[in-house]
Amino acid sequence: METAWFIILTVMLAMYVVLDGFDFGVGMVYPFVARTETERRTALTSIGPVWNANEVWLIAAAAVLFFAYPKAYAAGFSGFYLALILVLWLLIFRGLALELRTQVDHVLWRQAWDRAFTTSSLLLAMVFGTALGNLIRGVPLNREGYFFVPFWTDFQPGSDPGILDWFTILIGLTSVVILAFHGANYLVVKTEGVLYQRAVSIAWILGWVSAGCTALTVAAVPMVQPNLSLNFSRHPVVYLAPVIGVIVLGYSLYFRLRRRDISAFVASCIFIFLMLVSVMFGMYPYILLSTTDLAFSLTVFNAATDSYGLTSGIVWFVGGFLLILVYQIYLYFQFRGKTRLDDAH
Amino acid sequence: MDSALLYDRLQFAFTATFHYLFPQLTMGLALLLLYLRSRVLLTGDEHYEEVADFWTKVFAINFGFGVVTGIPLEFQFGTNWARFSNYAGGVIGQTLAMEGTFAFFLESSFLGILLFRKRFSRRVQWFATLMLFLGTWMSGYFILATNAWMQHPVAYQMGADGRVFVTSLSGLLTNPWLFWQFAHNMTATVVTASSVVAAVGAYYLLSGQYLSHAKTFLCTGVVAGAIASGLMIFPTGHGNADQVFKYQPIKGAAFEGIFRTEREAGLYLVGQPNLETMTIDNPIEIPGALSFLVYNDLYAKVQGLDAFPRDQWPDNIPLLYYAYHVMAGLGTIFALLYGTAFLSLWRGRLFHMKWLMWWLMLCAPFPYIATSAGWMTAELGRQPWLVYGLLRTSHGTSPLVHSGNALFTLIGFLGLYLLLGLLFVLLVSKVIRQGPGSSCASEMRTHDGTSL
Repeated sequence: METAWFIILTVMLAMYVVLDGFDFGVGMVYPFVARTETERRTALTSIGPVWNANEVWLIAAAAVLFFAYPKAYAAGFSGFYLALILVLWLLIFRGLALELRTQVDHVLWRQAWDRAFTTSSLLLAMVFGTALGNLIRGVPLNREGYFFVPFWTDFQPGSDPGILDWFTILIGLTSVVILAFHGANYLVVKTEGVLYQRAVSIAWILGWVSAGCTALTVAAVPMVQPNLSLNFSRHPVVYLAPVIGVIVLGYSLYFRLRRRDISAFVASCIFIFLMLVSVMFGMYPYILLSTTDLAFSLTVFNAATDSYGLTSGIVWFVGGFLLILVYQIYLYFQFRGKTRLDDAH
Repeated sequence: MDSALLYDRLQFAFTATFHYLFPQLTMGLALLLLYLRSRVLLTGDEHYEEVADFWTKVFAINFGFGVVTGIPLEFQFGTNWARFSNYAGGVIGQTLAMEGTFAFFLESSFLGILLFRKRFSRRVQWFATLMLFLGTWMSGYFILATNAWMQHPVAYQMGADGRVFVTSLSGLLTNPWLFWQFAHNMTATVVTASSVVAAVGAYYLLSGQYLSHAKTFLCTGVVAGAIASGLMIFPTGHGNADQVFKYQPIKGAAFEGIFRTEREAGLYLVGQPNLETMTIDNPIEIPGALSFLVYNDLYAKVQGLDAFPRDQWPDNIPLLYYAYHVMAGLGTIFALLYGTAFLSLWRGRLFHMKWLMWWLMLCAPFPYIATSAGWMTAELGRQPWLVYGLLRTSHGTSPLVHSGNALFTLIGFLGLYLLLGLLFVLLVSKVIRQGPGSSCASEMRTHDGTSL
């Protein structure tokens, strides 16, 4: 049951990154692809009805972590105190930018929120990537199961790490590039005309940069966290996940070239999903790895709530999850196809 | 109190109070919007559609601010209250995860539909409104179930490691504390929403604009407000007070200002608690009223603070006392005001009574103050406990987040929320200035997809 909730948590986090990921991506490529007011409105309208629902995956994932692994939630959230409060502030700015930009018809007002949208999207992608890097690298958990990391120490992933070191920054940058690629793919699907053309060309470049960054990251992970590859060597069949992920990235570029827009976007969704699944599989059964002593690490077993909680949770969660899928499919279905501005209100 | 604990408490109190300014309107307004949209659906009345569209805009702005200020609360359980999260996550994690799963997705998906409602039929708009109503009220239910457990822990057992775990999910969701708390709180959201709707109507009527809309706003707001503000006092307010005296007599004694155990305990309407002399200064008191209200007996004995050890007393008794009295005082004023307005409406005179319009307009902030004061009563009165009788607040903080970090983020939140408050006032006053029914021509030009 502990493992089942780990899978649920993985799926929810991966859904979050895939879905809100393209919102961040749109935010990052926005100043480059959308230049006139109409183009900007089109780009924003493409995520307008869905970004809020996408963000809910993060909240729901955090709540699932709280519920299933209270100890890991307590340790992780207090340990990454500064980074998480920063995430909160950035999410506030991102949300305000999307909601408020159109409320006042003044060029400076719109420019300000455009900048806020791009900056917060970029930083959020960076911080979330860095957080993933921290999970992989490990944190200085003490005997009581708590830790605190400052933003930086010496930028080295040693036993006294900060949130930022060369490794986590690398993962952060990789996330920025991959999510920007993903967002460009989304814009390609949702737009037409000049906006479409620009999104196509930027997606093509970002796709290749993503491939490069992914290669660097894959090379760096075993150097920093050898534990992660243990699971893979024990169960070699799981190598399929990252391998298929990389192949799918290749396909995404191929589809891009052949102008099969929807396939390219679906491919970048699958790529991101599989990469996260690979990391989480490598982590299992650890949720938080300790850099001070591996024995202090929090696992799905020692951080979990008791079995009644986990079992009773499954019952309502399965029902709830199916409902979520219904709403989300309904929502995306209602707003399918190219974004239209004419009926927007 | 060590300073990290103080900053943690201030930060949570501030962010929670600020956040709740928005949901208290959206939850109540969701009910009123459901009424308006049902009317549109049944009669096809375009006037009501304009009214509903206007309030949907206000709803959406509030909802947006509610979402962005809500996320910090869930995160803060972990960031600032890690030991509490670890201790109680096995119980309250359930209700919070249920809120995320059942309420948030529902709300956010159907808000997307309602924001872009012009491309949907009236039937779909009505359905989206119904789903938003369900979503917001479910969200309220799960959050209150969480709070009810902290006020009155049920359905739990202590594990070997000293943490608590839920033993019965249905027991957690049917906490006896929850019933009156939910009824009282949700009725309060209807009071807030009604008073805002009526106040905007009164403003339009007094300034001679949008008269037909103004009258609909006033009718809707006054009728709903009169019913809800009555229900606030009886039975929901009374039910809440009863359970406080039953389960948390120290809280009751502290907020009523009863220092000494006595028969024929009086109800203080006004007065200042004096902790030195253990009396109320300058009291205006109704003798025997408290005994009667709590035990239906003028001569019943009510336990005062002196009946309890001092380390169990709430740590800020004067503030608790004032919070409670502000809530109860404003609630009474409200019931009188809306009762009067309702009678005038009944007799068909309301729209000619300028002085009453002024009152309805100027009293709009009062439900917000009363609601915030009510929550302060509940939460300050829970002190010194984080989980009543089980975990002290001072034992719930994050062990390694020191005061420098906590103060840093507290200051950040203060600054950021000041900006948010200004933006909110700017936007809502813009919507009110624009008025209902003016939508098409000007808005199609200025608004785009993400508009509200």
